[in-house]
Amino acid sequence: MDPITLLTVVVLAVFVGFEVVSKVTSKLHTPLMSGANAIHGIILVGAVIVAGQASDPWLLTVALVAVVLATANLVGGFVVTDRMLEMFGGRKGARTPARPRAGGPAGEDGT
Amino acid sequence: MSILAPGWTALLYLVAAVCFILALKGLSSPRTARRGNAIGAAGALLAVVTVFLSARLANIPLILAAIAAGSAVAVPVARRVQMTQMPQLVALFNGVGGAAAALVAVLELGHTEDPWVRLAVVFTMGVGAVSFAGSAVTVGKLQELISTRPLLFPGMPVVMAVVLLGAVVSGAFIILTGSTGWALVLLVLGLAAGLLLVLPVGGADVPIVISLLNAFTGLAVAASGIVLGNVLLVVAGTLVGASGTILTKVMAAAMGRGVAGIMFGAFKGGSTAGSTVQSDRPVRSSSPEDVAVQLGYAQRVVIVPGYGLAVAQGQHTVAELATALQARGVEVVFAIHPVAGRMPGHMNVLLAEANVPYESLRELDEVNPEFPNTDIALVVGANDVVNPAAKSTPGAPIYGMPILEVALAGQVVFLKRSMRPGFAGIENELLHDPKTTLLFGDAKDSLAKVLGAVKAL
Repeated sequence: MDPITLLTVVVLAVFVGFEVVSKVTSKLHTPLMSGANAIHGIILVGAVIVAGQASDPWLLTVALVAVVLATANLVGGFVVTDRMLEMFGGRKGARTPARPRAGGPAGEDGT
Repeated sequence: MSILAPGWTALLYLVAAVCFILALKGLSSPRTARRGNAIGAAGALLAVVTVFLSARLANIPLILAAIAAGSAVAVPVARRVQMTQMPQLVALFNGVGGAAAALVAVLELGHTEDPWVRLAVVFTMGVGAVSFAGSAVTVGKLQELISTRPLLFPGMPVVMAVVLLGAVVSGAFIILTGSTGWALVLLVLGLAAGLLLVLPVGGADVPIVISLLNAFTGLAVAASGIVLGNVLLVVAGTLVGASGTILTKVMAAAMGRGVAGIMFGAFKGGSTAGSTVQSDRPVRSSSPEDVAVQLGYAQRVVIVPGYGLAVAQGQHTVAELATALQARGVEVVFAIHPVAGRMPGHMNVLLAEANVPYESLRELDEVNPEFPNTDIALVVGANDVVNPAAKSTPGAPIYGMPILEVALAGQVVFLKRSMRPGFAGIENELLHDPKTTLLFGDAKDSLAKVLGAVKAL
């Protein structure tokens, strides 16, 4: 890719990135961080490309590991962000909150 | 196979990039946030479909299987994780994203002779490895698998300098020779740098570090886009890098800290080491019945929820207690510190989960002037966010952080598990104040007892 075009793209993306989050309220910091986190999971596209070009079984293995990790980042990121935002949004949904278990000590209360 | 012409591929990637911008934009406002996230997910799906249709790919069944495997692991975890443990999960996803970027860069090293592309490879590998190792440490700290206090050893800055110098040297060798051996050296040094960077950060500052590492992964992804000549990766990565940087600054400002102070504050001396000694000084402990009487006959109660509440899964019980008190004519509001919980904005998520009405939530600036007119401040499982040391003790790790000034209320009631200090590891003078009473026990049990006693009044 032509370096000047690339630089143009990068500089514009920096400004857009600054601009879109500069006025966010502290209420939404957690979902926003989680959402931005999901977006960089798009490295999956890169992982798919290298896996598709890998000839050697070793390289293919490494590439497939990258695909698995990138998918976890991308898919998991969007799902967990949605779950958070679901709670912020409509209270009307017939969804009853998951019954919490009896409180356990910190670190032992995973589902 | 290559179904799409290059022009169409570029166009579809552009659409995906616009989706990501709209996603971030939407996430900045409560009304549009969920739709924004859905737009982002749609953009990601479009991009992944596009890459399958446009690039000449071998091994497609294996790749699809790997995608299925990644989803099969991530989706159930993301759906089931307790909201209290969500910061760990975000950190984990961030770390694996960084690792994926680093691996992609290593694999591309063999495909290029161009020194500039090799430079991008070096950047992606180094930053991706730092992000992975750093995120692993933040997960460990949040899960309290490793100490939440700053971990330092003598000569740490020297070791860090050696590691960074080694990384620069191995990076230079990679650019000159394209050697995979040096690439492995760089990966190891990147992992070491990630550990050294995050271990000295104290528990209370870990969320800021997650945000910073999130920006790092974004930059690594952007650089991998340069390696692969893929504009979408460049745009998406740069967006996350830029927005993550701003978000990190905004969050640090909410805690009254600078980013540099958070990352390197521990090196300035013992000041941030905190205290682990439990105090033997006397405190006034109380019974659920007494607390119920205090609350039930008050005019105005401010509830300050903290992480302890969330850990005990007491958010539903506290919501019920608020309703019961309101039924008796007591005015009840919740005071939400910006960093209550384990992450900025985390407590809002947790109370939203318990269906606490939005109107009862007060932000720090709104509620602080109201404390002098408040009869009782009920602090449930919070400590650092009400610790006056943030104002009075210049050496304290949380010094300068805005706090909820519960000391100005008529009386203060703490529901606490023990006298153990909070996440920041410092003692709270307020616990020994004459107008403070403590009710020891698991936050949810205590709340349930108080709730029962209030109903019996």
